Amino acid sequence: MSNHPGLSNTFSSSGEKFEWSKESLKSIKMIISRYPKDRHQSAVMPLLYLAQEQNNNWISIECIEKIAETLNMPKIRVTEVASFYSMYNTRPVGKNLVQICRTSPCWLRGSNKITNTICKETKCDINETSEDNLFTVVEVECLGACSNGPMIQINNDFYEDLDEESTKTILDNIKNNRPNKIGSQKGRRSSENA
Amino acid sequence: MDHKREEEVQRMLNIKDKIFQNLHGFDEPFLEGALKRGSWSNTKEILSKNQNDVIEMVKSSQLRGRGGAGFSTGLKWSFMPKNTGKQHYLVVNADESEPGTCKDREIIRNDPHTLIEGCLIASYAIQATKCYIYIRGEYYFEYIQLEKAIAEAYDNGLLGKNACGSNFDFDLYVHRGAGAYICGEETALLESLEGKKGQPRLKPPFPAGVGLYGMPTTINNVESIAVVPTILRRGSDWFKKIGTENNTGTKVFCISGNVNKPCTIEEEMGIPLQELIEKHCEGVEGGWDNLKAIIPGGSSTPMLPKTVCETVKMNFDDLKAYGSGLGTAGVIVVNKNNDISEVIERFAHFYKHESCGQCTPCREGTGWMFRMMQKLVRGEISPEQIELLENVTKQVEGHTICALGDAAAWPIQGLIKNFKSELIEKYNKRNLKAS
Repeated sequence: MSNHPGLSNTFSSSGEKFEWSKESLKSIKMIISRYPKDRHQSAVMPLLYLAQEQNNNWISIECIEKIAETLNMPKIRVTEVASFYSMYNTRPVGKNLVQICRTSPCWLRGSNKITNTICKETKCDINETSEDNLFTVVEVECLGACSNGPMIQINNDFYEDLDEESTKTILDNIKNNRPNKIGSQKGRRSSENA
Repeated sequence: MDHKREEEVQRMLNIKDKIFQNLHGFDEPFLEGALKRGSWSNTKEILSKNQNDVIEMVKSSQLRGRGGAGFSTGLKWSFMPKNTGKQHYLVVNADESEPGTCKDREIIRNDPHTLIEGCLIASYAIQATKCYIYIRGEYYFEYIQLEKAIAEAYDNGLLGKNACGSNFDFDLYVHRGAGAYICGEETALLESLEGKKGQPRLKPPFPAGVGLYGMPTTINNVESIAVVPTILRRGSDWFKKIGTENNTGTKVFCISGNVNKPCTIEEEMGIPLQELIEKHCEGVEGGWDNLKAIIPGGSSTPMLPKTVCETVKMNFDDLKAYGSGLGTAGVIVVNKNNDISEVIERFAHFYKHESCGQCTPCREGTGWMFRMMQKLVRGEISPEQIELLENVTKQVEGHTICALGDAAAWPIQGLIKNFKSELIEKYNKRNLKAS
């Protein structure tokens, strides 16, 4: 139920075999050790993250098959989990997954303007990926930084206290391979009154 | 200083009484800073107390759960069976996803050791040697901060075998969620932790009897756990002195929406709502008279009209008396420049998106209510249909396994209760135009 609107719930094949990298295998050992011996299934969420990271930020059928094999789980159980949680991308996404918070606290502070700016600057509609594969734009529900709204998340990073200008700067920096300052764009340390 | 100003200063929570001294991250968040702030100072001594005494102390502090329901934390701990020979678990709910809420985030990224020490002490009290912190997936930076702080604690002998030299062996792990609001519901969280879809379990059995992996489990909010070390250090009487009977202690409020300076702030439990907004957020955008309504405790608590906002105190019982609730203390302020029905329509969209799909009234109801709210925003539903909508919210409320159905119904009920005449006016105006 809770997948991104427009990101379909059916998985597709990447067309090539998926194997764990050496680093991933090391992490897997460590992850599994956190859960009781007979409860390997608990590792399915961390392993989905790991697979996603290794697979250009999306989960293919091959990823699911590999995870099911690693954790000795039926494939359908892995599929179920991967499609239930919205952070597992069920199709290829651009290099930068731009998630715009659309829920009321951000909306009250102008998230619509941020959405418009992002769509204009990336030349993407909501749920689309730009032609150069640099951006995928989605609208999401509350990301939990309400005192710093409006805000967006690009891959792992939060960008907060946005206005149209700072949003444009962030996207320009990405386009030109320049680093961005994460967090508040208005110079706040966190969510203090300032 | 004139008299009024003096009184104001006196009413402000004394800085010494703040539990989270680094809430905004101006100091070092990790061990070095935490030690300076008093964390870990006498943990060994606390862990030498009888487990029941620890529970009694938390009970007598009248600490109520900070995750929304406001149930006595000490009492919850006392429900855990004793000496079962089974593995007990503490699970910390850091799946902060209620719209309007961003308090646990600040605790985790800026003062993580308050939480880590709290996990150790709480686990000791309920005889749990393992604890999982379930953090929402989007909080990636916070997750990294927390992992770093936990690694530090292990390296310094504060966690692990013989934690703090107390002869108590304790392991703490972090588990990342992946973007499902429903996993903030405690049994859905357990399902998720077990590697399944996050769909709530039927209760009973309650987690204290049959929880994570079928073992006795207590689930607490981040803030509830993070305040425990300070309560045990400074005594339950100190904690009780702040706030009022049954609504004690300090509380982290997060204010968002139409205020001049949205912020997160630790204040005395029971601070008047208007004072909270005027003092810490420099007032409502466009002035107090431009206030439309306030949602006091995260998206699921019914809104309060301006008149109530002027008198209500921000604690569990006062807000309940006004038909709302403290919830997570995520205060969302709406001024007259925005359409209040669209605020609620967006919440309806949220709940539709986040319904886990298990119970029919919620799965179908949230979608239906959202579509009706869309029409309502456009002024397309008649007074009779408004009544129908209200009626349906009551059919959803209380008829689902978990409280998501209720949470989806309450904001709409709050809107209709407070602004029904305006909604009808909207419809009439549109019809007049059409004819």
